[in-house]
Amino acid sequence: MNYPVWQRSFKPPKDLAEYPVGTAFPAGHLVETNASWRSQRPVIDAEKCSSCRICWLLCPDGVIHNTKPEGLEIDYDYCKGCGICAKECRQKAIRMENEGI
Amino acid sequence: MHGQKAFLSGNEAVAAGVRLARPHVIAAYPITPQTTVIERLAEMVEDASLKTEYLHVESEHSALSACIGASAVGARTFTATSSQGLLYMAECLHYASGGRFPVVMMNANRSLALPWNIYGDQRDSLSLLDCGWIQAYAEDAQESLDLIIQAYAIAEHPDVLTPLMINLDGFVITHTYELVSLPSQEGVDAFLPPFQTVNKMDLDHPMSLAFTAGPAYNQAFKQLQHQALLSASKVILDIEERFGQFFGRNYSGLIETMHCEDAEFILVTLGSVAGTVRPVVERLRSLGERVGLVRIRYMRPFPDLEIRKALAGAKAVGVLEKDISFGYEGTVFTNVNSALSRSNVKPSRLLNFIGGLGGKDISAADIEHLFLRLKSTDDGETVAFI
Amino acid sequence: MEKQSHLSEKKISIRNLSDREYFYGHKACPGCGGSLALRLALKVLGERSYAVVPAGCMSAVGFIFPQMAFTCNAIISTFPGTASMLSGVAAGARALGIKDFHAVGFAGDGGTADIGFQALSGAIDRHDKIIYICYDNEAYMNTGVQKSGLTPIGARTTTSPAGRRLKGALTQKKPMFEIVAAHGIDYAATASVGYPLDYLRKLNYASKVDGTSYIHVFAPCPIGWGHDTSDTISVAKNAVDCGLWYLAEFSEGQFTLNHKPGEFTSVGDYLFGQNRFCHLQEDDLKAIIMERNAKWKSICRSWSYS
Repeated sequence: MNYPVWQRSFKPPKDLAEYPVGTAFPAGHLVETNASWRSQRPVIDAEKCSSCRICWLLCPDGVIHNTKPEGLEIDYDYCKGCGICAKECRQKAIRMENEGI
Repeated sequence: MHGQKAFLSGNEAVAAGVRLARPHVIAAYPITPQTTVIERLAEMVEDASLKTEYLHVESEHSALSACIGASAVGARTFTATSSQGLLYMAECLHYASGGRFPVVMMNANRSLALPWNIYGDQRDSLSLLDCGWIQAYAEDAQESLDLIIQAYAIAEHPDVLTPLMINLDGFVITHTYELVSLPSQEGVDAFLPPFQTVNKMDLDHPMSLAFTAGPAYNQAFKQLQHQALLSASKVILDIEERFGQFFGRNYSGLIETMHCEDAEFILVTLGSVAGTVRPVVERLRSLGERVGLVRIRYMRPFPDLEIRKALAGAKAVGVLEKDISFGYEGTVFTNVNSALSRSNVKPSRLLNFIGGLGGKDISAADIEHLFLRLKSTDDGETVAFI
Repeated sequence: MEKQSHLSEKKISIRNLSDREYFYGHKACPGCGGSLALRLALKVLGERSYAVVPAGCMSAVGFIFPQMAFTCNAIISTFPGTASMLSGVAAGARALGIKDFHAVGFAGDGGTADIGFQALSGAIDRHDKIIYICYDNEAYMNTGVQKSGLTPIGARTTTSPAGRRLKGALTQKKPMFEIVAAHGIDYAATASVGYPLDYLRKLNYASKVDGTSYIHVFAPCPIGWGHDTSDTISVAKNAVDCGLWYLAEFSEGQFTLNHKPGEFTSVGDYLFGQNRFCHLQEDDLKAIIMERNAKWKSICRSWSYS
């Protein structure tokens, strides 16, 4: 994996013995998502996408991944819906859709 | 394990101890009366007798910040400061202890402005007693050197992992020359193994350090920090015992006592002034007076049990300190009083003598007068300037 | 020799930029320019980076126990201590025999030009081998948009309000790029998240400099500036295109301008696209344009262009 994933099974420390030594903790340790921040979600139109990856380059959260052969994939656990990808896409291949409540 | 003898000032003894402890990084900024420590260290780097990364930082804040950074990759570090410089570090002092970075620092105890003054008192370190560092107070150059070597073993101990500040009275210790026994390098290398810690950034196992902990977690980290400092009490004893086995010099733990077993009148103090008290105690003893001395060697962790034990038979106790918490009393007095209040050791008189501020002389005659004050039954002020 | 090898280096592009994410799942606001600057920098510098991040936005959003957003080694420094801690990290790693690492700092504008300035000056003076990145969002954003030494004239912040008597910040940005250059720094550059490839190239150059590098990257803050979260890149690009920011480098004692807009785009369009400037009037706009022209006259006179 090129990016960390949500560790659903993480149990926070209960007693002192379970706490880390000093203030040092493993890097890339995610115990919650940012999905609830979003009011809109970007959706990629694979037909229009030229895989130029400008959206990936400019995403402040780095959530647009090149992990699938069929095209780019958005990690909706960590996308905040800022809309930079849709705005900067030269092919207009990304549209912002309202999130349901 | 015994090396040679040398005629060294307190500062030079510290520098000699630092060389023997082989820190990876030294970052320091000059301030009177600490300067000769970092001058000697710079000379050792120049003549290649000390291999270290010596950083000429532009402030005390940066000195300690750089030491924390180096400690955060697992390096052994040293810095030294005094007075205003120590205050300028204040943010980093808490940072180092909260992050459990076992930096070792020498502080030349010096008055705080205003009015400006470069001479010795202990308001600098005692005003920062709550910053989470182990605080040791040396009495002479030999003890200063030995404390530096012990300091790394104590601070880096896995049960402790806490920074340690060694205090030397400005000029009185820092600039006074004494014959000092230097341990051999082989002896120190055997006594002091390389620093090992999991509390560091590691390229093979990336870590996030010095993180934020919200209300749900924050207090637990503080509890652990407190536990670590309390654990230091035992670790200090163990390290001193081991040090004695290696180098033949023995220390007495968090306090040092003199004639306290049967003493009725005891002065409690710390630092170089104990050297003035000692001959006065001997002289009064020769006259049949049952007087004694407690020299506090560590203010944190505080030697509450040791103090209660030492003062158990005293009728009157005086705490002599070069410090005042304005608007109340001396900080050492507050601590001693608190230790006694949690026991049934209740001397009938407990007085606080504040002296030596800004380097004001404390003479043998002054000390003798203090013992007289302890003996008298007059209702004087509890907190008195001498 | 050294310089030639840099020039012959393969250019960093979207195609060869690392797919690995080193700053992920952080709590930065949507559309945060600073977090993009940080993310891109670590992609260039790679896994053998020690990131030092002072108290501020990027540390507040990246290290909230037990949620750790950096995937490389990272540490929060004191607010004034970015550069001094970087020096310590680099010295410690060197002393321990660790090779091929980067000590890289990410401080905001206040953490750089104000409270962290002294330590930065010290580190540059020592020519410590560190990379210092200032992500400039032109105010103390983490504490709620207060004026910093890099807040531009006329900008409304919570401590430089715009009302009947005052029109936002009364002073111009400190010229940090020129200030670090005046130290004789080994490498310095300005950049903008609106010109990401230029930024990546400069990061790549900095990664090979044997000494201190400073990159000052312009990074809009949608919350503090009052623009849409999707406009971060276009605002950052417009700042360069209208001439209020510039892309340049300093190396071996020489200033080089990297990008010369043929004709400036509208300063008014740039300013009035952001709430923080919307109180400005025609006279203010004229004054800002005059100042821009004077700056560019000086740049064109004394810097080379490539």
